[in-house]
Amino acid sequence: MFEYAPAPESRDVVDLKSSYGLFINGEFVDGSGTPFKTVNPATEETLAEVATASSDDVDRAVQAARKAFGVWSALPGAERAKYLFRIARIIQERARELAVLESLDNGKPIRESRDVDVPLVAAHFFYYAGWADKLEYAGFGSAKPLGVAGQVIPWNFPLLMLAWKIAPALACGNTVVLKPAETTPLTALLFADICRQADLPPGVVNIVTGAGETGAAVVAHPDVNKVAFTGSTEVGRIIARTVAGTGKKLTLELGGKAANIVFDDAAVDQAVEGIVNGIFFNQGHVCCAGSRLLVQESIQEELLAALKRRLGTLRLGDPLDKNTDIGAINSAEQLAKIRRLSDLGESEGAERWSPACELPGKGFWFPPTLFTGVAQSHSVAREEIFGPVLSVLTFRTPAEAVEKANNTPYGLSAGVWTEKGSRILWMADRLRAGVVWANTFNKFDPASPFGGFKESGFGREGGRHGLEAYLEV
Amino acid sequence: MSRLSVRKTYKLYIGGAFPRSESGRSYPVTSAKGDFLANASRASRKDARDAVVAARKAFPGWSGATAYNRGQILYRIAEMLEGRRAQFADELGGGKRAALEQVDATVDRLVWYAGWSDKIASVHGAANPVAGPYFNLSTPEPTGVVAVVAPADPLLGLVSVVAPAIVTGNTCVVVASEPSPLGAITLSEVLATSDLPGGVVNVLTGRQSELAPWLAAHMDVNAIDLTGVADADLALSCEQAAAENLKRVLRPAAAPDWAADPGIGRMTAFLETKTVWHPVGI
Repeated sequence: MFEYAPAPESRDVVDLKSSYGLFINGEFVDGSGTPFKTVNPATEETLAEVATASSDDVDRAVQAARKAFGVWSALPGAERAKYLFRIARIIQERARELAVLESLDNGKPIRESRDVDVPLVAAHFFYYAGWADKLEYAGFGSAKPLGVAGQVIPWNFPLLMLAWKIAPALACGNTVVLKPAETTPLTALLFADICRQADLPPGVVNIVTGAGETGAAVVAHPDVNKVAFTGSTEVGRIIARTVAGTGKKLTLELGGKAANIVFDDAAVDQAVEGIVNGIFFNQGHVCCAGSRLLVQESIQEELLAALKRRLGTLRLGDPLDKNTDIGAINSAEQLAKIRRLSDLGESEGAERWSPACELPGKGFWFPPTLFTGVAQSHSVAREEIFGPVLSVLTFRTPAEAVEKANNTPYGLSAGVWTEKGSRILWMADRLRAGVVWANTFNKFDPASPFGGFKESGFGREGGRHGLEAYLEV
Repeated sequence: MSRLSVRKTYKLYIGGAFPRSESGRSYPVTSAKGDFLANASRASRKDARDAVVAARKAFPGWSGATAYNRGQILYRIAEMLEGRRAQFADELGGGKRAALEQVDATVDRLVWYAGWSDKIASVHGAANPVAGPYFNLSTPEPTGVVAVVAPADPLLGLVSVVAPAIVTGNTCVVVASEPSPLGAITLSEVLATSDLPGGVVNVLTGRQSELAPWLAAHMDVNAIDLTGVADADLALSCEQAAAENLKRVLRPAAAPDWAADPGIGRMTAFLETKTVWHPVGI
């Protein structure tokens, strides 16, 4: 591989403060918990100190949201729409700032935050803005909002997950209390500033930062009408148990272990690109990542050779470099988990391979990794690793591919690669997953519903379907 | 001398067959006035597991059948029920006219749901105009195996919870009303003669407080309908147990009025949305 000169995006566009408070009722206020530090995972440098919301702070945020609910839900839909359009426009205006901040706090390559995350965030607000005055046409009968939505989001797509939660909630007339992940709070706090620039009424959006305890306080708060969570299946179960019997409406978008199925007639180069995008996009920190490659036995050798060749060209390093393909692992904790599961893969007998790949001395890094000779019983075939680790299994017949693909408690996504149209549709019918990408992978759009079957959670985000979670149906 | 009648043995309905409870247990069922009617099977945990296995086995075939075919079969159930109108009215007891009205309403409900089989995808699916060269379609898909704790209303209530679950391709395990389980077993005879594949509907009779928690905690059940659970503590514990494998839970805030327009909520509660993407190109 030839060398590229460094091409770093400038950090100057971001004005980082040394400390951040909570955003409650339109104001930044101090938190009463012990503040925490958020670090740049590519360098381990501390970016800022961030307030921790105690349960009292969460209560204040919920009260502010409750008070704002009266005003916000009473606004004509067309007026709510205009606020959301404004927010979408300001996101576009401040796109570079958001992208750089996201890459700093999360570790994802600027190419992705700039070209995928932030454009999708703006698009999501545009999309749901347009629904705000058309809800009675959405097919859910009632167009009544639920009230206060408590929303807890993960660290893998911090701003995009915020958009997925806040845009439909606000469009339907709800107000929100949102808790960003403790390792990636900064773009949510910048979003708070965007709400102020848009003159959004105070209390309509409240951002409370903190770790699991803060999230638990949001979920358990008695005056929250709706809980939306994106994160691990493990935490999803706890939330479902907490919410049981309260009558709160619940949507959960949880883990996955998606099969990416390649048939012998697939266009190999395109499939290789799709496999790489499927598992190495965002360092594999993607709930719908194609983490199990199911390849038809007859083309295994050819496909793996092409895949290994391609992995050798991936550039790992500085997330702010515009040529970087693979950035930093988001946290030391996540890196430890990826290492543990990969070591387990080896000790259980799968064969591990990585391209020659120099890891930076500081920060949290993991090379793109393949496991071959994987059995369905192996941990690397069953557990969600949430990192740049691909497990390769084989199959002979379409029926066997379906059987293996569905042999998981998860059901978020699946991929199919074949030139035969009827086979795509046959497979898509039988794959028990909420999203099926055929001859493509990891595509997202605000108009397209996203969410899982089985233990990948319930409810959909995006599209007309995404409104259901925020309306009294 | 008057003839002694031949009574029916009320058994369970699992996988298209009518077995007794493997536990050998039964419990007496009485009329509203307290007269003995029959000994119903008191299903065990093993029976509940067998029923889930039967429902899971039936799922690929039933969910893979065409919507038209499922609609035909639901309509066939209505036909069979209509043919046994008098028998069902007799079993319901009470005033004859009121009982016949209940049976008629039940037949009509089945016909209503039968018609939904090939329309729900049009109403609940979507063609999504994404910002790129992709074909993108969302379709409603059945959730899987649904545990249904049936309400006390032994016929209209029962059919009003079972029909919406199965018309979209789910299979189910039904816990019949504990005090009035006999209608559910007689309905099973109708189901068994309506071309409904065995295992699509499985009926357990017995103690709700025993059966519901087993099904709520069963890891191969995808969803649970708690409509028939009147005991709030039992409903809560079932809802908590259901969290373990993230079952979809239907627990109406108030007891439903079975005479009212049912809407599509009972169908959509047990539907997943599947979205398929494909690039557009030459």
